[in-house]
Amino acid sequence: MMFNVVLQRLILASGLLAASLSGLAFAGSENGGDRIVVAGGDLTEIMFAIGHGDRVAGVDTTSTFPEATAELPQVGYMRRISAEGVLSLAPSLVLAAHDAGPENALDQLRSAGVPVAIAPAGEDPDAVIRKIEFVGEAVGAKAEADALVQSYSAELERVRAVVADLTATPKVLFILAWRDGAPLAAGSETSADAIIRAAAGQNVAEGFTGYKPLSQEALIALAPDVIVMMSQHAERAGGLDEILQRPEIARTPAGRNARLVDIDGVLLLGFGQRTPTAIAELAARLHEDDPAVGRF
Amino acid sequence: MKTIRRWGGFRERNDVAQAVNPDGLTVRRGSHRLTFLALAAVLVGLGLAALALGPVAISPDRVIATLFGAGDGVESAIILQIRLPRLLLGIAVGTALALAGASLQGVLRNPLADPGLIGVSAGATVGAVLVIVVGERFGAGLPDALRPWLLPGAAFLGAGVVIAFVFALARRGGETSVATLILAGVAVNTVAGAIVGVMVYISDDQQLRDLTFWTLGALSASSLQTTLIASAIALLTVPAFIRGTRALDLFQLGERAAFHSGLNVERAKVVVALATAVSVGAVTAAAGPIGFIGLVAPHLARMIVGPSHAFILPTAVMLGVALILAADLAVRLAVPPAEPPIGLATSIIGGPFFLWLLIRNRGRLHA
Repeated sequence: MMFNVVLQRLILASGLLAASLSGLAFAGSENGGDRIVVAGGDLTEIMFAIGHGDRVAGVDTTSTFPEATAELPQVGYMRRISAEGVLSLAPSLVLAAHDAGPENALDQLRSAGVPVAIAPAGEDPDAVIRKIEFVGEAVGAKAEADALVQSYSAELERVRAVVADLTATPKVLFILAWRDGAPLAAGSETSADAIIRAAAGQNVAEGFTGYKPLSQEALIALAPDVIVMMSQHAERAGGLDEILQRPEIARTPAGRNARLVDIDGVLLLGFGQRTPTAIAELAARLHEDDPAVGRF
Repeated sequence: MKTIRRWGGFRERNDVAQAVNPDGLTVRRGSHRLTFLALAAVLVGLGLAALALGPVAISPDRVIATLFGAGDGVESAIILQIRLPRLLLGIAVGTALALAGASLQGVLRNPLADPGLIGVSAGATVGAVLVIVVGERFGAGLPDALRPWLLPGAAFLGAGVVIAFVFALARRGGETSVATLILAGVAVNTVAGAIVGVMVYISDDQQLRDLTFWTLGALSASSLQTTLIASAIALLTVPAFIRGTRALDLFQLGERAAFHSGLNVERAKVVVALATAVSVGAVTAAAGPIGFIGLVAPHLARMIVGPSHAFILPTAVMLGVALILAADLAVRLAVPPAEPPIGLATSIIGGPFFLWLLIRNRGRLHA
């Protein structure tokens, strides 16, 4: 199952599958129909942003923005969708993130005559453009998608110009949560790493890949200037004050200067069309003393 | 004769002689006919429900029409490609786990034995988890056609390696020590847990979720080919288990007594070990490690039909399949259009049911 995903990634990289799959999508219906099931929070966000949210008939558990998604039927976690569950929504099209699955369920959907369109991969600001174009083509909303790409690119460019003027590169540590007392830090090749770099920060935990638990000593040794968390997880960990008083945090520059940044997780790590907003918000809070921040 | 007493606690009657006395069996055969018929009726009902019920409502007459080839595109896809393979895999999983559990409990004379205890499920889990987390790194050179087989293949291999290891370890001077076998199984479980722990540690977010879901089991996640092959392998081992019923009865007398009554004790053990590795390895490769059935179905069977394995094995199979099919129906109907993992349902349905039976039979068990 997972190798099919890898396979798809390879083919996608060479740019072949994207074309053939969108071709498939059109085979089912001119514009993807009015009952679209989306597996992937970034794709759902784009559907609503191009003004076609009312055509979404069901979403996966990673789709939590905008709030209207809470009213929609849930088809489960995007890597464990149930083929028959999706079919019960009488879908006209399934928009799936590049790593949605299992592959078997997607095959069953296809053999039931439901077009399945697989989105391009990528978790960085530029990949968002490819995702918007993909959604626009798959649901027959090319004009709206082009408009969104325009405004997105312009906004991204504007934010990037401001970020380029920031003078400092603070040392940042992203903490996902505390697991058994150990902080889970974001290493390289994570979406947290990508957004930190986009906001002119230096990820102090880039020595490892993925999310790994850090020992308290290792955290102190990394000496981050700023600690970033998802607000939902910061709340669960007892709130900002509580976190700042943890012994391993209190002994870092971030702890001493009370530099703990919490931002909504879906906004921060979602890499949907709100990415420029996320970069601007994170950069403004990482560089709060920099005068350039006023231009965001 | 101490071994008999331990086992005896789980019998309705402690009279071991009856278990091996053919006359005793003929007396009881009639009284079990009703039980078998009732179970068979339940099974047929569950099998039909597995084809007829799901998040997409299809009327019974359309289900029948589709089975005879007259369904429309969507109906055929749902019934023939989604529900029928699930039913088949459910039957294979229930059969394999029940037979392996009943035979292991019999051979090891240990009521706690199940494919999990001696490490078979853990071996399969290690194989699958390794593929999920590091397969990409080492499997990159594989031809594309082989890739879908990597995960089930590794799980199957893991189960085989573990059972070969624990049986080799427990064998000394031509005899297999049951105590060593179980201890080796416990040790293997620990090592497997450690390997899975390492994989959890080095996995990224997505791999972590993949492996978590894999360990909770599903009848629907495997491709049609994997499902068909795993089911065929599991069902092919059925005769090996069934042929051992008399040997299992003799084992209840203790290994020495079984040996002296002419049974090739070592051969019986090897047959059970091999059949378990092959059948449980195959179904775990396709459906993940579905717990509980291998432990509970044989116990339920023993409570219902008494100590003779000629009755326990078929009853355990029917109960195992019934439990799996009920659990699968529960997960697909619980929160549509989403579907929770089946491992949750087997425990939620099976646990309380087992407790209820224990409480109801408490008086008799202590007799």
